[in-house]
Amino acid sequence: MYRYDAIDREFVADRAAEFRGQVARRLAGELTEDQFKPLRLMNGLYLQLHAYMLRVAIPYGSMDSRQLRRLAHIARTYDKGYGHFTTRQNLQLNWIKLGDTPDILDQLAEVDLHAIQTSGNCIRNVTADPYAGATAEEIDDPRVWSEVIRQWSTLHPEFSFLPRKFKFAVTASAKDRTAARVHDIGLVLRRSRDGALGFEVIVGGGQGRTPYVGPTIREHLPVGSLLSYLQAILRVYNRHGRRDNIYKARIKILVAALGKEEFARQVEEEWSKIDSAPADLPDTELARIRGAFTPLAFDSLPARSETFEAAKAASPALARFARNNVKPHKKPGYAIVEISLKAHHATPGDASAEQMETVADLAERYSLDDVRATHEQNLVLPHVKLDDLPAVHGALEAAGLATPNIGLISDIIACPGLDYCALANARAIPIAQAIAQRFEDADRAELIGELKIKISGCINACGHHHVGNIGILGVDKKGEEFYQLSLGGSGQEDASLAQILGPGMSADKVPDAIEALVDTYLSARTGQERFLDTVRRLGMAPFKEAVYADAH
Amino acid sequence: MPTLIKLADGRFSAAEDVFTDIADEDAIPAAGAVILSLTRFQAEGDALVGAGRTVGVRVQPDEAVEDLAYDLPRLALVAVVFPKYRDGRAYTSATLLRQRLGYGGEVRAVGDVLREQAGFMVRCGMDAFAPADGATAEDWAAAAGRFRHVYQRAVDARPPVFEERG
Repeated sequence: MYRYDAIDREFVADRAAEFRGQVARRLAGELTEDQFKPLRLMNGLYLQLHAYMLRVAIPYGSMDSRQLRRLAHIARTYDKGYGHFTTRQNLQLNWIKLGDTPDILDQLAEVDLHAIQTSGNCIRNVTADPYAGATAEEIDDPRVWSEVIRQWSTLHPEFSFLPRKFKFAVTASAKDRTAARVHDIGLVLRRSRDGALGFEVIVGGGQGRTPYVGPTIREHLPVGSLLSYLQAILRVYNRHGRRDNIYKARIKILVAALGKEEFARQVEEEWSKIDSAPADLPDTELARIRGAFTPLAFDSLPARSETFEAAKAASPALARFARNNVKPHKKPGYAIVEISLKAHHATPGDASAEQMETVADLAERYSLDDVRATHEQNLVLPHVKLDDLPAVHGALEAAGLATPNIGLISDIIACPGLDYCALANARAIPIAQAIAQRFEDADRAELIGELKIKISGCINACGHHHVGNIGILGVDKKGEEFYQLSLGGSGQEDASLAQILGPGMSADKVPDAIEALVDTYLSARTGQERFLDTVRRLGMAPFKEAVYADAH
Repeated sequence: MPTLIKLADGRFSAAEDVFTDIADEDAIPAAGAVILSLTRFQAEGDALVGAGRTVGVRVQPDEAVEDLAYDLPRLALVAVVFPKYRDGRAYTSATLLRQRLGYGGEVRAVGDVLREQAGFMVRCGMDAFAPADGATAEDWAAAAGRFRHVYQRAVDARPPVFEERG
């Protein structure tokens, strides 16, 4: 991972000191809540239903064991002993006292972590492929470019008061694990025919109440021009994005209003006026950042591990875990291990302090001290030897972290919902738990195969329901929680928006409806078709009929 | 007299504001330095400047500073307006005035101008500030200098981290 130097450390320390002063002024009554709000929001501190919530940035989802242990310590000392990993690879602490926040920021700063730009109308923490540096699919390491963007966007003088928040996703693989097409800017690294590295630049995707799959405004931006081009996009947005209506202020609204061609033209025109020499990063600094990612000492291993094969043959649980949670690594003899934070009775994305410590220990011992958070609210040990998989699986099992359901029906994204969030209309967590329990039979879950359910407790869509194969949106209907189902969404490389299935239903009807959708799929699928493929082939009609048959 | 903070040669100090800010509905006084809206300047500026008056222009966030390109050499200052602290368009206006239009005169931050924005404002080339929060020149200097390092190039001369590291 990227190693902070003294300059990076001093920067984070300065930020923590600044916030300590601001909190002191607030607690002394020198600042009103109205005056304090923008200051705390610039440090990731929200006031939620029951308490302050602190959102800690995990830059592009990458941590070492020291950092994860510190997050566990903070969760135990200042919170109720757990934290919540979000769809943007951050960690939220839900029960924070205002007076503790300066100490928490100091503790984070000691391990090169912070909460800078985890809220506010600025450039937020960058989402990147959680398999970066480990998957054979990638053509470059997206973390290098994510770090370039992190540094460039940190307290950017021109772009810290944008019309609305601004989110980047960066990936270098054909298989998109970042939801790049539903971000404000998605950057997909590609090679041109002559081999030159460039970015496909996708602008104006997003979810919320007006979802869009973002259009590509440039097929191949030379990587060396990244920052000047981003400056042009952000400048057009800063000047022309709407500021009169918070719900129409994201860049997606500007792109849609102007049209992709006109927006792209304005960006190109602005870009042509920018002096690229000072705007773009010097090659020497790019090389320094690339070099600051610790080179990993992989052993030379055979592609097949007899230890692992024998253990799999002896343990059906390990074999199932291997089928679902273990992914191919670029180096022979290694694997990428996904740790599900979706145990069937748990809150999606939550991890206890003890679980964080277990994962930190495993990362240190078995994964070259590297851990990732995924946008699907799970964790990843990116570099595990096949020989070590039985031991890692055993330790995960003991910590309640071996749920073998990655990508399956119970691997559900859910927002915190009405259990925590001040904006929510309905609960999301109990719906996720009810569905997970209904599909607890692991054989059946594997038979169903890839099926992504995403649940949001309100129209802001933090639970990504627009891009769920099955999306579930909680709404308030005359004081009662109702749930609206939609079908056919995807946040991946084949991005699409889900379509509403029919009238909403009460919470107790949701598991039956999911069951009806699954049964319809299982009886209609052909060959290796995923649920999403079947929905795309057949359309909504048979699914709608199955769910609402009783209503006729 | 409203307090004004000015930045010159790297130092912040309190300054007297010699300009009168003229609302569009008000008459222009017979003498003294004035600040006019962009539209008023476009209508009446030539006559005032021709008469040897000292004139500045107030630019709202939705107005393009490029419209002033040919007038800049005649202007004593450009005031960029923050209707709310959250409205960040003036940062782009100031940046363009300095970097693209080569303006060397005073760029003044007016409106909802709070010390928490000082660092951003200075880095975008603003060099005069009319604080709305009672901040003194010392407060302003402390706020603007809070961070020992900056990560990116901007209008100011501060070396970004990659030059410090070099």
